[in-house]
Amino acid sequence: MHRGLKLWNVRPPKFGAPARMSVFLLRRCLTLLATLVGASLIIFLVLDALPGNAAQMLMGADASPDAVRALTVKLGLDQPLALRYLHWLRGLVVGDLGNSYAYGTPVAELIRERLAMTIPLAILAMLLTTVLALAAGIYTAAHHNRLGDVGVMSLTQIGIALPNFWFAILLILLFAVKLQWLSAGGFPGWEDGIWPGLRSLLLPAVALAVVQAAILARVTRSAVLDVLREDFVRTARAKGLTKREVLWQHVLRNAMIPVLTVMGLQFANLLAGTIVIENVFYLPGLGRLIFQSIANRDLIVVRNCVMLLAGMVIIVNFVVDVLYAVIDPRIKVHEL
Amino acid sequence: MTAGDQALLDVSNLGIRLDTSRGPAQAVREVSFALRRGETLGIVGESGCGKSITALALLGLLPDSAVVSGNIRLDGRELVGLAEADYCTLRGNRISMIFQEPMTALNPMHTIGHQVAEPLLRHTGCSATEAKRQAIALLDRVGLPDPARRYDAYPHQFSGGQRQRITIAMALACKPDVLIADEPTTALDVTIQRQILDLIADLVAEQGMAMILISHDLGVIAENVQRMIVMYGGTVVESGTTDAVFSRMGHPYTQGLFRARPRLGARKGTRLATIAGTVPELADLPAGCPFADRCNLVVDACRTALPPVAEIGAGHAVRCIRTDVALTRDPVGVIA
Amino acid sequence: MVGALLCLLVLGAALLSLVWTPWSAYEIDVAAKLRPPSAAHWLGTDVLGRDIVSLLLVGARATILVGIIAVGIGLTCGVCLGLIAAAQRGWTEELIMRFSDFTFAFPAVLSAIMLAAVIGPGMVTSITAIGIFQIPVLVRVTRGSAGAIWAREFILAARAAGKGRVRITIEHVLPNILSILIVQATIQFALAILAEAALSYLGLGTQPPQPSWGRMLNDAQTLLFQSPSLAVYPGAAIALAVLGLNLLGDGLRDLLDPRLARQR
Ligand SMILES: Nc1ncnc2c1ncn2[C@@H]1O[C@H](COP(=O)(O)OP(=O)(O)OP(=O)(O)O)[C@@H](O)[C@H]1O
Ligand code: SF4
Ligand SMILES: [Mg+2]
Repeated sequence: MHRGLKLWNVRPPKFGAPARMSVFLLRRCLTLLATLVGASLIIFLVLDALPGNAAQMLMGADASPDAVRALTVKLGLDQPLALRYLHWLRGLVVGDLGNSYAYGTPVAELIRERLAMTIPLAILAMLLTTVLALAAGIYTAAHHNRLGDVGVMSLTQIGIALPNFWFAILLILLFAVKLQWLSAGGFPGWEDGIWPGLRSLLLPAVALAVVQAAILARVTRSAVLDVLREDFVRTARAKGLTKREVLWQHVLRNAMIPVLTVMGLQFANLLAGTIVIENVFYLPGLGRLIFQSIANRDLIVVRNCVMLLAGMVIIVNFVVDVLYAVIDPRIKVHEL
Repeated sequence: MTAGDQALLDVSNLGIRLDTSRGPAQAVREVSFALRRGETLGIVGESGCGKSITALALLGLLPDSAVVSGNIRLDGRELVGLAEADYCTLRGNRISMIFQEPMTALNPMHTIGHQVAEPLLRHTGCSATEAKRQAIALLDRVGLPDPARRYDAYPHQFSGGQRQRITIAMALACKPDVLIADEPTTALDVTIQRQILDLIADLVAEQGMAMILISHDLGVIAENVQRMIVMYGGTVVESGTTDAVFSRMGHPYTQGLFRARPRLGARKGTRLATIAGTVPELADLPAGCPFADRCNLVVDACRTALPPVAEIGAGHAVRCIRTDVALTRDPVGVIA
Repeated sequence: MVGALLCLLVLGAALLSLVWTPWSAYEIDVAAKLRPPSAAHWLGTDVLGRDIVSLLLVGARATILVGIIAVGIGLTCGVCLGLIAAAQRGWTEELIMRFSDFTFAFPAVLSAIMLAAVIGPGMVTSITAIGIFQIPVLVRVTRGSAGAIWAREFILAARAAGKGRVRITIEHVLPNILSILIVQATIQFALAILAEAALSYLGLGTQPPQPSWGRMLNDAQTLLFQSPSLAVYPGAAIALAVLGLNLLGDGLRDLLDPRLARQR
C-alpha cells in the first residue's frame, strides 16, 4: 500500500481475469453479462420476491382481499416468480420496464425524464473532479515536499473528511444565503436553454466534485511520484527533454493507470453521491424519483432505478478495464 | 592531471554533496580528469564509490538537493551552475548517456521508434519523417533485426540485449561529442556483454566520439579504453593511461582490485571478494584517505588529511602517501 | 497524534452522553426553540427547543454504534473471505474475488435504498447496508496481504512441518497481516461514519427521535435562512471525526508499516 492511496485498495474491480488480447475482450464481455445478470437477480430477489405481495403493500393492510387480488392479477403478480423474473429481464433488454404502480405511467419514461438531469450532473461532477484532481495531483507531485505540495495535500486531507452533503449545505449557505448569487436548489429544466440548467447544476456538481477530487488528487500525486522515480525518466532527461516535457510526455501516461482505476472505483460513489446531493438541492433527478417511489411503495420503479445504477457502475468498471488495454501496451496479466 | 586547451571535457575539483537518510554527506570530492576529443576514458571502482553520480553530475541530472562544487567544462564552457534550459540543449545532443539497466531505462508506454527519434526531433529540428528514417538507420546500425517493421513495437517485446542496443541507438542519435556508458553490460548475461561492448567500441571509433566507460570490471576497462581513473570512496585514487596503470599500479586499492579481479567470464558477485572490509557508507567517510580502514600499508599520517596527488610517471598520478612502498612491494605487470 | 486526539474526543463525547448531557436530548421544549448560543445552551437550541450540545453528544453515540457494528460485519465477512481466498486459491479464490467485485456495484446508499423499500428505514437498514459496502475492500486488502504472506519462506517451513491450511492461516498469516487490517479498519470506520451520516441525512438510517448528526443536518437545512449556524455544528462534528480517523490511520501506518516493509 502506498501513502495516499489509502481510501481505495487500488486495483481494478475485475469482472473476470484477463488473458491474451483476443480472448481478453471476449472473456470480459461474458463476465460483464454474467455480472449484470447476477446483479439483476439479487435486485429482483430483494425487491420483488422478499417483500411478498406488492399489491398488498400498495393498498395497505386494511384493503379488502378482493381488491388486493384484483390488483395482483392486474400487475401480473400472480405469475410464478421465475416467470416474472424472466419477464423483467426481457423488459430490461427491450426497454419495456412496465408501468409504475403509483403513477400508472411507463417506468422507462419516468426514468428517462429524470436522467435528463442526473446524467448531466454526473458528467459535470466527473469532469470537475478530473480537472481539479489532475491539476492538484500533478502540481503537488511536481513541487514535491515544497510549500505548495504540503498546503494542497493538507487541503485534500480535509476534503476527504467532508461529507459531501454537508459541503453542499455550506455552499448553499455561502452562495445562496449570504451572497445570493445562485439559487438554493431546484432545476429549471433544459427548455429555457442550456445555461439556466447548467447554472442550477453548478453548486451540486462542485459539492460532488470537491470531495471526490480530494481523494483522486492524492492518488494522482503518489502515482506521478512513483513514475518520476523510474529509470526511464532519467533516460528521457538524458535525451535533453526538460522536466516539464518529461512530465507531460513520459510520466503522465504511465501514471494514468492507477488514476484511472480509482476513477472507475469512484464512479459508484459518484452515483451514490448524486442521489444524496439531489436531495440537498431538491433536484428532480433519479435520486428524488427513488425516494418518492419508496414513499409510494412503488417497488417496480425502485427496482428498475437500482438496476440502472448498479448496471452503470458495472459497465463503467468494465470500460475502465478495457481502457487499460488501450493505455498500457503491455496488457500485462494483472496479478490479483 | 593534464588539462590543456585541447581538452573537450575538463573536470576539476568536482565535489558532490548529497542528502542521505543520515543527513548531507560528501559523496564525491576532489575529482579531476580531462577528456580529449575522440579519447576513451574508463572509470573503475567498487559499487557505491560514486561512479554513477559523477556521471550524472556531468549531465546535470543529480537530484535537486545535490550540491555540486568545482568545475566541469565542455569546450571551455562551464557546466556547473548552467541554466537548466541550456543544459537541455546539451543533453542527448553533445553529451549522451547509456544506463546500467536496459530493462527499465525505456518508457514502457512509448514505441521504441518514438523513443529513438525523440532526441533527433528535439535537437536537430528535422521533420518527423526524416527523424523516423534516421531512427530506423540507427536501429539498423546497432544491430536490431528488422528495425523498420519493429519501429512501432514496445520495449517489453524486446530482450535485455536488444533493449540495450535500443538505448545505444538513442544515445548516439545526435552524434554526441561525449558518450557516457555507465556499466552498460552489468545487467546482461556474459555472451551478450561482449557483443554490446564491441558494438560500443565500433561506434565510438566510427564517429570519433570521446567516451567515458564506467565499470567495476578491470578486464572491461583494460580492453576498451586508452586512459583510466580508479575511484574509491568518492575520490580518484589513481589515474593514467591504461597501459601505465596496468604495468605499474601505484595505489594499494588498485593493486587489491587487480588481485581480486574476476577471471573473464566469471559469474558476477564473486568480484573483489578478497579486499578485506567493505566500502564505507557515505556518511562514515573518513577525513583522511578513504581507503585507510582497509589498507595494509596504513600509517597514522594517512588518516589526518586526504593524501595529495603524486605523479609517478608521465600523466600517471596516485593519491597515496606511501605509493613508493606500494610500488616496490607489488611487482604486477601481467594483464589478464 | 492529532488523529488520536480527535478520535478520543469523539469517543469521549459518546461515552459522556451515556451518563450525562447538559440537557435531555429527547425532551421537546417548543418555547425555547432556536435560541442563540448562551451560557445555558452553549450552541443554542434547535427548532424543537432541544439543546444542540446534548444532541451532538448523543448523536456521536449513534454514529459510533452504527460504525462499529457495520465495520464489525465488514471485517468479519471480508477478512474471512479474504483469508479463505488466499489459503485456497484456485476456483474458490476466483469465486470469492468475483463476488467481492460484484458487491462493489452496490454502494451503501443503493443497498440502503433497497432495504428501506422492503423493511423500512432504520438503524438495521443502515448497519446492513454499510456492512455490505465494507466487504469488498476488506476482502481485497486481506487477500492481497495474506497472499504475500503465503508466498514467504516460513509458510513453506510450516507446511513442511505438516500444518494444515487452517492452522497456518490462524497461527502465521493472520498475526502477520493484523497491523495492515488495523490500519484499514480505521479507514473503513471513517468511511462508515460518512455513509451513516449520509443515510440518516436521507432519512434511511437512524430515525427520530433518536438524534444523529445526519438527521440534525437534514432538520437544519429547512431552517437555513433563519439559523444557518445549526447546519454548521453537526457537519463539523462529522468532518472532525472522519479527519481524526484518517489521520489516525496514517499515523498507525507510519508506526506499523516500516516494520512490515523491513520484514518483507
Ligand atoms: N539520490 C541519492 N541520494 C543519496 N545518496 C545517493 C543517491 N544516489 C547515490 N547515492 C549514494 O552515493 C554513493 C555513490 O553512488 P553511485 O550510484 O555513484 O555508486 P556507483 O559507483 O555507481 O555504484 P554501482 O556500481 O553500484 O553503480 C552511494 O553510497 C549511494 O548510496
Ligand atoms: S594513503 Fe595510506 S591508507 Fe591511503 S592508500 Fe596510501 S597507504 Fe593506504
Ligand atoms: Mg552506478
